[in-house]
Amino acid sequence: MTDLTSNFLGIKSPNPFWLASAPPTDKAYNVIRAYEAGWGGVVWKTLGEDPHVVNVNGPRYGAIHGRDRNLLGLNNIELITDRPLEVNLREIKQVKRDWPDRALVVSLMVPCEEKNWIDILRKVEDTGADGVELNFGCPHGMSERGMGSAVGQVPEYIEMVTRWCKENTKMPVIVKLTPNITDIRKPAQAAKNGGADAVSLINTINSIVGVDLDIMAPTPTIDGKGAHGGYCGPAVKPIALNMVAEIARDPATAGLPISGIGGVTTWRDAAEFMALGAGNVQVCTAAMTYGFKVVQDMIDGLKEWMGEKGYTSIDEFVGMAVPNCSDWQNLNLNYITKAKIDQDLCIKCGRCHIACEDTSHQAITAMVDGARHFEVIDEECVGCNLCVSVCPVENCITMEPMTSGVDPRTKQPIDTRFADWTTHPNNPNRVMEAAE
Amino acid sequence: MADVLSAPDIRAGRLSPEDYLKNFDDIHPPLDRHEASVEADRCYFCYDAPCTIACPTSIDIPQFIRQIQTGNPVGAAKTIFAENILGGMCARVCPTETLCEEACVRNEAEDKPVKIGLLQRYATDTYMDKVSGSHFTREAPTNKKIAVVGGGPASLACAHALALKGHDVTIFEAREKLGGLNEYGIAAYKTVNDFAQREVEFLLSVGGIKVETGKALGRDITLAGLRGEYDAVFLGMGLPGVNALNAEGEELSGVIDAVAYIAELRQETDRAKLPVGRKVVVIGGGMTAIDIAVQTKRLGADEVTILYRRGQDAMKASRYEQELAQTNGVLIREWFQPKRLIGEGGHVIAIEAERTALDANGRLSGTGETERFEADQVFKAIGQTFIADPVAGGSDALELYAGRIRVDGERKTSLDKVWAGGDCVAGGEDLTVAAVEDGKLAARSIHAAITG
Repeated sequence: MTDLTSNFLGIKSPNPFWLASAPPTDKAYNVIRAYEAGWGGVVWKTLGEDPHVVNVNGPRYGAIHGRDRNLLGLNNIELITDRPLEVNLREIKQVKRDWPDRALVVSLMVPCEEKNWIDILRKVEDTGADGVELNFGCPHGMSERGMGSAVGQVPEYIEMVTRWCKENTKMPVIVKLTPNITDIRKPAQAAKNGGADAVSLINTINSIVGVDLDIMAPTPTIDGKGAHGGYCGPAVKPIALNMVAEIARDPATAGLPISGIGGVTTWRDAAEFMALGAGNVQVCTAAMTYGFKVVQDMIDGLKEWMGEKGYTSIDEFVGMAVPNCSDWQNLNLNYITKAKIDQDLCIKCGRCHIACEDTSHQAITAMVDGARHFEVIDEECVGCNLCVSVCPVENCITMEPMTSGVDPRTKQPIDTRFADWTTHPNNPNRVMEAAE
Repeated sequence: MADVLSAPDIRAGRLSPEDYLKNFDDIHPPLDRHEASVEADRCYFCYDAPCTIACPTSIDIPQFIRQIQTGNPVGAAKTIFAENILGGMCARVCPTETLCEEACVRNEAEDKPVKIGLLQRYATDTYMDKVSGSHFTREAPTNKKIAVVGGGPASLACAHALALKGHDVTIFEAREKLGGLNEYGIAAYKTVNDFAQREVEFLLSVGGIKVETGKALGRDITLAGLRGEYDAVFLGMGLPGVNALNAEGEELSGVIDAVAYIAELRQETDRAKLPVGRKVVVIGGGMTAIDIAVQTKRLGADEVTILYRRGQDAMKASRYEQELAQTNGVLIREWFQPKRLIGEGGHVIAIEAERTALDANGRLSGTGETERFEADQVFKAIGQTFIADPVAGGSDALELYAGRIRVDGERKTSLDKVWAGGDCVAGGEDLTVAAVEDGKLAARSIHAAITG
């Protein structure tokens, strides 16, 4: 039996799909609809102190679209909750009471004074919520007031505030990290040192999503001006995956639970985050694009995939890909691949050819014996995968490893032994084999 | 009031005014901006694109579709006009399903090509709406004079290209208006709102092109005269003749030349004035047959039947056009050839047709078995012919091939200083887009010859 039950820091939820702290979890109405749709948990949109913040009354979002206006990236300048604290707390208490099997974590952001944190933690504890998430990530607006990413960009502050929280509540404490930092391992280490039960990442990335060329102002534009926002959605997933993996494989933070966030749109995205060490995932943009129903195939698809692979619980594959996250210098330079075009699947668009011809290695034909024909020239192919990346037909071009014979490009025999840069003769700093 | 059923039942005004408007409205409504953007997104921007190769005028299709994608439809139109100055009309009338769209690589994977024709129309329509006049500028005057005979697509393309090079062009057109079949031949619902004339205006707005209408070769002007007076002559007078049925009863009233009727239909703004039979038979298998069949049906004919002497696969009209006829309720009867037109009081009332078959040698022959088709009107759409008289005879006779003007790859004729293109030349495809290419190639060759 495939079981999707998630136990993250002791917080149980029927599946590992939580809604991230964001507009979809702003109030009871949305959260109840999310639970009804099947979401395993939510992180309630960030609470702050009264008087509550206000939002702009003009556009808060901007988007990057792919073909057919497929939303690839979303930028926002919305702040934390703009409702009174009391209203949120009352709703949280009621919702948690009504939906005891779902996770309900509360996101928090208050000024960097211990007292402020103690105050709000007490109030949240009263609601019966399952845990708190410290919002050290929000990159716009709140950061100008010394909160959000202004804290998240200073590891010492992270450690300090995390420690205050741990000392003042029994609830699990998750620290949400900003990606707007050079080395994501530092804030993660700080969170761990402060006693965090987990980190969640990534929050949004500083962004200007576009420029209105008529009025010459960044978008979204508020009365002729624009401010940078936070970028999220499918476009940020690769950045988030890397940051999750960095933390998962850092010896200093190894084993620290991670809640993966950043462009999760499908069950496959979720599985990828989890394979890189995330114990669960948080979703926002996919829901904001398609509505809460998207969780249904996340649940179903993940279950199907787990069944196919023989996993019975999510713990069995969480972190499975972490040991394979390596550094470039440790990649096997004797591993040789050649692109191969499946002529039955090829639609003859020629994009592989022109990409290779103009920008890479001149390793794909356009014409063979006077006929339009696209085929890899093994003598030139370095195995770079660009053709695979630009081909519009999935699996039409594949990278085939060479395991024997001679590489037609280098004329060197295939060497099946492992050899990486650390021992390569061209590496001035190579590791010399110990002399006898 | 009981109708007296005396043949023939031919009447104008069979439909309500609304029905006429609806039936002769744009058959393929243009894409709106959103539709164009969704469709443009489907283009893969192929390398050495098969669609461009398939286009007789080699329009850089991936480029113009990309320009639509990026929100630059006027630039897209300029890309189109650079290769095909009649790109607007071609977007409406090209059999794209056998040209660019047949070559689209999307067919390989999905059997669903990018709608190139409709995108081309979107771009060119946007241009026509946004740009007044022409974005082309002429080169410095060369003081070279070129005579262009005929005002159809080949001539227009040739004239435009030569005018751009700074030459002075005079177009001689026998009819009242320029445009050729674009104006007088194409089915009305394919080119609504007087598009043919608007396109001519756009094309002429570049300047340097003088137009002389009502001037027919052999009547008002002679080839010898033009050769003497001009530095070069381009012949693009099309196919003014029509084939005869050579069947008994062809002279009966109600036996009509489809080409002439279509021309009348195109020129008549009030289609309620056009008389049409209750039962119509069309003979032929080309585009003209389809156009007259569908249009008579849309004028209110009850039954329209196309008789074609071979199987549907052999029809010159594309499969798409055949299906258009069929979805308009036209019945296509294949393997029938006309044998005899039956009249009553001097008017046709029926046609007797003979079943045909291919014999052992693959030749078409009658089987002897006949069938009678009642008809108030019989339209002949069995092909047009070149009338050689104005260019034949004397020591300066043009060389012909298969009844049309022989030209080489550059569209040069056998006569010095004379080029030709469009339907009047041998070996052509009888397509607007092919005529445009002829005009373009001829202009290139003429320019080289007179400036070389």
